[in-house]
Amino acid sequence: MTKLDAKIPEGPLAEKWTKYKASVKLVNPANKKNLDIIVVGAGSAGASAAASLAELGYNVKVYVFQDSSRRAHSIASQGGINATKNYKNDADSDYRLFYDMIKGGDFRAREANVYRAAEISNNIIDQYVAQGVPFAREYSGYLANRSFGGVQVSRTFYAQGQTGQQCTLAAYQALSRQIKAGKAKIFTRRDMLDLVVIDGKARGIITRNLITGEIERHSAHAVVFATGGFGTVYYLSTLAINSNGSAALAAYKKGAFLANPSLAQIHPTCIPVLNDYQSKLTLMSESLRNDGRVWVPKEKGDKRPASEIKEEERDYYLERKYPAFGNLVPRDVASRAAKERCDEGYGVGDTGLAVYLDFKDAINEQGLDTIKGKYGTLFDLYKKVTGINPYEEPMRIYPASHYTMGGLWVDYNLMTTVPGLYAIGEANFSDHGANRLGASSLMQCSGDGYFILPVTIGNYLADQIKTPRISTDTSEFDEAEKAVKDKLNKLLSVKGTQTPTSFHKRLGHILWTYSGMKRNEEGLKKALKQVKELKEEFWKDVKVSGGLNELNQELEKAGRVADFFEIANLIIIDALNRKESCGAHFREEYQTEEGEAERDDENYSYVAAWEYTGETLNPELHKEELVFKFVKPIKRSYK
Amino acid sequence: MNITLKIWRQKNKQDKGKFVTYKLDGVSTEMTFLEMLDYLNEKLIKEGIDPVAFDSDCREGICGMCGLYINGRPNGPQKGVTTCQLSMSVFKDGDKITVEPWRSKAFPVIKDLVVDRNAFDKLIQVGGYISANTGAAPEANSIPVKKENAERAFDSGTCIGCGTCVAACKNASAMLFVSAKVSQLALLPQGQIEAKKRVLDMINEMDKLGFGNCSNTGACEAECPKEIKLTNIAKLNREYLKAF
Repeated sequence: MTKLDAKIPEGPLAEKWTKYKASVKLVNPANKKNLDIIVVGAGSAGASAAASLAELGYNVKVYVFQDSSRRAHSIASQGGINATKNYKNDADSDYRLFYDMIKGGDFRAREANVYRAAEISNNIIDQYVAQGVPFAREYSGYLANRSFGGVQVSRTFYAQGQTGQQCTLAAYQALSRQIKAGKAKIFTRRDMLDLVVIDGKARGIITRNLITGEIERHSAHAVVFATGGFGTVYYLSTLAINSNGSAALAAYKKGAFLANPSLAQIHPTCIPVLNDYQSKLTLMSESLRNDGRVWVPKEKGDKRPASEIKEEERDYYLERKYPAFGNLVPRDVASRAAKERCDEGYGVGDTGLAVYLDFKDAINEQGLDTIKGKYGTLFDLYKKVTGINPYEEPMRIYPASHYTMGGLWVDYNLMTTVPGLYAIGEANFSDHGANRLGASSLMQCSGDGYFILPVTIGNYLADQIKTPRISTDTSEFDEAEKAVKDKLNKLLSVKGTQTPTSFHKRLGHILWTYSGMKRNEEGLKKALKQVKELKEEFWKDVKVSGGLNELNQELEKAGRVADFFEIANLIIIDALNRKESCGAHFREEYQTEEGEAERDDENYSYVAAWEYTGETLNPELHKEELVFKFVKPIKRSYK
Repeated sequence: MNITLKIWRQKNKQDKGKFVTYKLDGVSTEMTFLEMLDYLNEKLIKEGIDPVAFDSDCREGICGMCGLYINGRPNGPQKGVTTCQLSMSVFKDGDKITVEPWRSKAFPVIKDLVVDRNAFDKLIQVGGYISANTGAAPEANSIPVKKENAERAFDSGTCIGCGTCVAACKNASAMLFVSAKVSQLALLPQGQIEAKKRVLDMINEMDKLGFGNCSNTGACEAECPKEIKLTNIAKLNREYLKAF
């Protein structure tokens, strides 16, 4: 086991980033134009990074699988983006946001990275406002704020229920400007299928042109993965249906360690599964819990309509169990509590797998117009999906797979264990520990892209200024291209009877059952076996229609599902290894008498970083010990 | 329920393309329109027929990637929804449903129901932004923005770039798309510095890319899944006149 060096700068927490910037190596503006950077993905992290790097003078090449770089799933982020402006005068500060994230993440995140994320949060708001994001405003014309789950201050900036859309489009527009200026080049409808490593350094990628099917080579001095999370491994999730884990897996197989893959967030407020045909689950922003009250009937199996259930017959279980935070407990706590009530038979709706989120009191207290102003777009969205009017009836909600806290291991520079390969945004692991707090994802993604990577990547590229343009005519590119082609041809040659989607559904079911909100050793072992069997069945019986050299969406899906099997293995292996409960990772063997998560700081206060050793069932564990110099890990209580 | 689908099939850009009819049994009213197409495709694959290619991603009406012409209307008969949000409950047993891609010179068909909307990106590239480099921004509250203006800018900013407006327009005009971005940015003090150049560049580019002119029929507003208002076009015209 090697010792992972996170390269955390010395000095007091609040001075680390300033000191780093003062001593970081710089690239002369005249040299930047000779350096190429590949950015894969263009969400709030990728687009902001690509635009900022191009503004600095680097040559940037951006790759997305969608038809436009405006579509990345950051646009679906609803509720907001945090910053420590303290506009509300409620004693907010960088330290407080840092502490909330560290505690919210159940003391499994890296102090220095989290503090930096908090420290630059205000710059992000400044940047977005300057780029035209129409954030909510007070009558004075100043910016409005709201509170969000897991914290007791109001630090969230928002644009109704479309904060992600507005912020991501601002970054997309900044990137568009650089494309017109010729500093950035966009490659749309490209699937990134492999990373190319030359002499130990990330030097390029292999893509498939999704229109022509052509396998293409692209080279650069450095490669940035802004490829999001792999929550779609559960099949049903709040993610876009094409979101996938193939970039993370490709990097992992080329030597990047994958950290804490089992730390996957199940979001508490989603529209429940309605039927078997469903292809995705729709998130209802956590901001709704500011004014909505969560409840189930006190009577088991009570199937009366909500309106007939009297006040004294309702169990506002979050307020009952967690009086200090009530409906604003963090996501992991809220999700488990909902599952617990439903498992006990108190769930509502036809399936019994839902709880109520009720706005009756909020509407009575604040008036219909105020509630409409705060949540109008979300209420409309809910009504479109379910046909139920939430102004009149309570919403039905249930947890769903949402966010991947784990991801590619990165050091303080956001560089992976492959020199020259960076991972930013949700694709890395560093800031959210075992549970992410609301409105901190847009913040982290934008921070990584606008303000961190453009600084840290210079530290690496400063040593590359003598390296000429990287040729794609090398044996490493040959091999990577061949491996990609072999895999695609193999998928096409199975000619079995079952579709990729049917396998994906079954894989998702296994993971959701045994490695979802609650896990135990027996179940995880069963899941490991079942995933292995399903993977074998896939490679014997998958049916992929169409050919290689055409637009072939089945082939795209098949490649992603093949990778999901390996991601699933890593999730389960990581979940088995972590014999404690922390944040979203709840091992039933490790809980308090009251059923709360029981962390084991003595043995598991580390980041589990997995190294590929030839096959995914047998990865090697590397530990990055988490050293808490500035906060004292405490028992996380929201009671 | 059982339905009959008449779907546009086109192998690639060069292919002439044609309608093909499929009968589909066992469709549930609980499906979304795209889940119905998923269901059709699973069936076609089992029968050894090439599945119907169509674009979609977020499937919650926000990414703008989907968008089909359904029974002669963009995104089908429901108001204010994207194709992915369209529910099969609006159809009934025995219905015949015609499905076509967006049709516009500026959006060539790539395959079946998949079109190339790259022209929208080109429109943004010539001016749909505020030129604020990273790091150059002043403190966010140093420039107050009227609440009303911020809200109107937000309403314009909710455009998802799906192309419904172009598809709905008999002239295949991109005026609603362009006007939404021009209005959003012109309503904010931060966007006013470049307002003149922005509107001129975007309109010139619109003409260059092969989009038609606006003849004020309002089909775009009627069909827009995000209900972007025609008043944006009025604002665009005002901004355009102001630019001279």
